[in-house]
Amino acid sequence: MANHQHAAPAPVGGKLLNAATFVCGVFAAILLAILAVRFFLGLGAVTNLNDGYPWGIWIVVDVVIGSAFACGGFSVAMLVYIFNRGEYHPLVRPALLASLFGYTLAGAGVIFDLGRWWNVWNMFWPGSANPHSVMFEVAVCITAYIFVMWLEFAPVVLEKFGMTARKQKLNKVMFAIIALGTVLPMMHQSSLGTLLVVLGTQIHPLWRTPIEPLLYLLTAITMGYAVVLFESCVASTAYRRKIEMNMLTPLSKVMLGFLVAYLAVRIGDVVVRGALPRAFALSLEAVVFWFEMACFVAPLFLIGKENDRRNPARLFVAGILLMLGGAMLRINGFLIGYETGDGFHYFPSLSEILVTLGMFSLEVLAYIVITRRFPVLPREAATH
Amino acid sequence: MNTRRDFLKGVLAGGAVVTAAAVAEPAIARETKKRPAEGLGLLYDATLCVGCKACVAACKVANNNPPEFSTEDHLWDTPLDTSGYTFNIIKMYRNGTMDAKDQETNGYSFMKISCMHCADPSCVSACPVSAMTKDPVTGVVGYNPDKCIGCRYCVAACPFGIPKYQYDSPTGRIGKCELCRHRYKDGHYSACAEVCPTGATLYGKTSDLLIEAKRRLAMKPGELNRFPRGKIGGPDQSWETPAGKYLQHVYGEKEYGGTQVLKLSGVSFEKVGLPDLPEDSAAALSETIQHTLYGNLIMPFAVLGAMTYVAKRNVKLDDAPTDKEEG
Ligand code: SF4
Ligand code: SF4
Ligand code: SF4
Repeated sequence: MANHQHAAPAPVGGKLLNAATFVCGVFAAILLAILAVRFFLGLGAVTNLNDGYPWGIWIVVDVVIGSAFACGGFSVAMLVYIFNRGEYHPLVRPALLASLFGYTLAGAGVIFDLGRWWNVWNMFWPGSANPHSVMFEVAVCITAYIFVMWLEFAPVVLEKFGMTARKQKLNKVMFAIIALGTVLPMMHQSSLGTLLVVLGTQIHPLWRTPIEPLLYLLTAITMGYAVVLFESCVASTAYRRKIEMNMLTPLSKVMLGFLVAYLAVRIGDVVVRGALPRAFALSLEAVVFWFEMACFVAPLFLIGKENDRRNPARLFVAGILLMLGGAMLRINGFLIGYETGDGFHYFPSLSEILVTLGMFSLEVLAYIVITRRFPVLPREAATH
Repeated sequence: MNTRRDFLKGVLAGGAVVTAAAVAEPAIARETKKRPAEGLGLLYDATLCVGCKACVAACKVANNNPPEFSTEDHLWDTPLDTSGYTFNIIKMYRNGTMDAKDQETNGYSFMKISCMHCADPSCVSACPVSAMTKDPVTGVVGYNPDKCIGCRYCVAACPFGIPKYQYDSPTGRIGKCELCRHRYKDGHYSACAEVCPTGATLYGKTSDLLIEAKRRLAMKPGELNRFPRGKIGGPDQSWETPAGKYLQHVYGEKEYGGTQVLKLSGVSFEKVGLPDLPEDSAAALSETIQHTLYGNLIMPFAVLGAMTYVAKRNVKLDDAPTDKEEG
């Protein structure tokens, strides 16, 4: 019953307009302007997409990586409710909030990228839906998960507006919502990896494996914890609060457990499939492979010892490295290790990068507004 | 203690998931699909092709596609690759002094690039909304723009780089060869085969085309032989010419479980842009994984059941309104 000792969540308070929110607002405005051009003139007008690289950073970064970054809510909820580690309870709300925005925006981001978005209802139309398609599974699962997360977060909103009766009613079925909220991300985070399987021989052997779903699931969970470390550090600095080291230290140990499992599977798979020699070839693919692996291995040295896990700076850097490693796994599989034939090149255009930045800014903006006005972060004696 | 026990329970639930996946696999493995018996297709013979590109022009007309320019003066249709507006193209292979046709070193050759109408198409497996479909009788892989959401998963998935998207339009479609299925009702067949002067592109049932391809591979290079033109089984338009020097490989007979468009060449297929593919299709592997994990939703529900059970016991902690007690 550990969480009875925890401080209850409370709004942080403070002004909403400051330098950070202003900058985020500007980026969000640029995003809208670029999207207007995209919807009136077509994808080609603002992106560098081509038929060799039909997917760019809007899919790979905003959706595939963005949703993995947004796995904090799922990773922590799994720890607290499935593995019954109540001591991490205060981390649930902030993590869930970040996930909520990460996923909601990833869902919106898909629409920008769809060439024929007005037909999207076909995805949910029995006569059209193709259950054999990995994309179908991903789309349906992510949509469902976004709804489930809003339900998981609803008590915060109800609390704010004093609707206690409703909140208690919702809490009665919360266990079912939470269970769904762990199964759905397991399904689509693994399927995001399965997306690559049908691309077959076009994927470089270092990233071409039938266990793609397991790799993506394990890294999504690891990245989820890494994001929580990252966010906790940033939030404490920005709001001048105490870092919750009593939770982050043991949490990082759980994260390392998943990391070790991932590395064992990943390395074993590369060796068993005989792809290892390709890692020693003189190629861009080999270089980015080692970079990716380095990001995953370095945290073992950085925070492998219990004492090092009590050092917030080390936790912060380890968190960033794991986020980067997971991001590289996805960029390498979807873009760098993807070869459709000669003559095709892709590097994101300025507009594409600005849209991705705009999406990220919207997330930060929403996080600031909500944590300042709604009970998300644990109450603290002296804030700002 | 309680905590530790529940933690173990969680781990066990996770283990059960993995075990279920491992056990379920053999039961739902999805085999690579075969061509339908009456499947239609093309036979392209690079040794007969003279590179006149009549087939490229005819394809444009048949599909109502605009010209695309790669020269400064914009005089005539000069696409460099297939695109959202060019479904068929003849590519040229050149090496060294280009002395002789169908010769890999110091030679040149041609290759027709258009949809292969795969027996087990990656594009159909990929498409989330059934906008790409394979006709169960003719095997033609068709596209329906009224369903397509423009996700371009088919573009990424096709091993031949065939479906292309129209990036220059706010309402862009996917463009790809549909074997002129819209012309059959008027008694026409694939426009490229109709106009080909040498029979390098030949239309017919793939089973017949495969027999024809094997007949050619058995010919003695340089010996006079008869070659059909237009359509196999149509009016006799055959002509006589010396047989080419073939590689002993019918491309498309076995690749990814077979394709309905077959190719013959004197220059190695990889050099003319056709990938080296295994006999098992990527679609079969992808769908096997999908069916193993999600077949009849058995696994998701099993996991959900386990999670609900565990969560129900643990979430109770939450009901104690901590905020009230302490606030
Ligand atoms: S029409 Fe026939 S000969 Fe002319 S380029 Fe096409 S395939 Fe070759
Ligand atoms: S060649 Fe490509 S587009 Fe044509 S059927 Fe095969 S996978 Fe689909
Ligand atoms: S772009 Fe259209 S046809 Fe291609 S996979 Fe997506 S929905 Fe299907």
